[in-house]
Amino acid sequence: MQTDWIMGLTGGFAIGLAASFYLLTNGKVMGASGIIGGLVDKSGWSTARDRIVFLAGLVVAPMVCIMVLDIPAKTNATTNAIVLILAGLMVGIGTRLANGCTSGHGVCGISRLSLRGISSTIFYIIAGIITVLVFRHAWGII
Amino acid sequence: MRAFTAFISGSLFGIGLLFSGMTDTSKVQGWLDVFGDWDPTLAFVMGGAIVPMFLAWKYSQGRKPIFGNKFPAPPSSDINRDLIVGSVLFGMGWGLAGLCPGPAIASISFGKSQGALFVLAMIFGMWLAPNIKTLFPNKISSI
Repeated sequence: MQTDWIMGLTGGFAIGLAASFYLLTNGKVMGASGIIGGLVDKSGWSTARDRIVFLAGLVVAPMVCIMVLDIPAKTNATTNAIVLILAGLMVGIGTRLANGCTSGHGVCGISRLSLRGISSTIFYIIAGIITVLVFRHAWGII
Repeated sequence: MRAFTAFISGSLFGIGLLFSGMTDTSKVQGWLDVFGDWDPTLAFVMGGAIVPMFLAWKYSQGRKPIFGNKFPAPPSSDINRDLIVGSVLFGMGWGLAGLCPGPAIASISFGKSQGALFVLAMIFGMWLAPNIKTLFPNKISSI
């Protein structure tokens, strides 16, 4: 659709505002994998309450938007359970090893010109491009 | 107050992910499909998010957060093995399913069993990560 880039830019701006607000009020980097991971491996239990309510907002707000505005939302995710489990494991392990994901390294890292954030983003985009090339075009799995 | 502002941030993040199309795995995989039917939307999402955040980082200099003691320390420039291996692993999983942690959580209410399965596997992976780090100590701290 030709309006996709407008929605992308507007939605992206909302994501940037969310990250800015989180930084300027709570003094924290808005990284999804860090916020979840800190709860999973107990490293962030001292700020568990803030993390849980952040995640609650992240789940509830899209749900309310879909119900109120009656948007036909779907993720178009694969139904291949093995692919989903493998992908989930790699995303979970990878983001914790790298200490960030698309929000932490991508949005928050690049915007402060962090060498780690920029490097990580380059690595995960190249890895993603090769994965899609192999699994979609060579093997036809995804 | 910190919980309230965290809730507002999480909500706005979720709304942004939904409307930008990033909870749609076909758009994310479309962005990575540079050798096929390439979808540039993700670049606009990134650009739209980075501009306000760049200004926020600038504004934070020499100030204190409203409900906190201090802003995060300046970023480290240590490009070590964990960063590279982790980023590559993450990128592979991201390409395979078209989901990263933020959108995976944001779409849990409408992602059906596929979304739930991905999130469970992701959480298990996050739980495994510290053990993997202990198993393979990072002998060379940086390259």
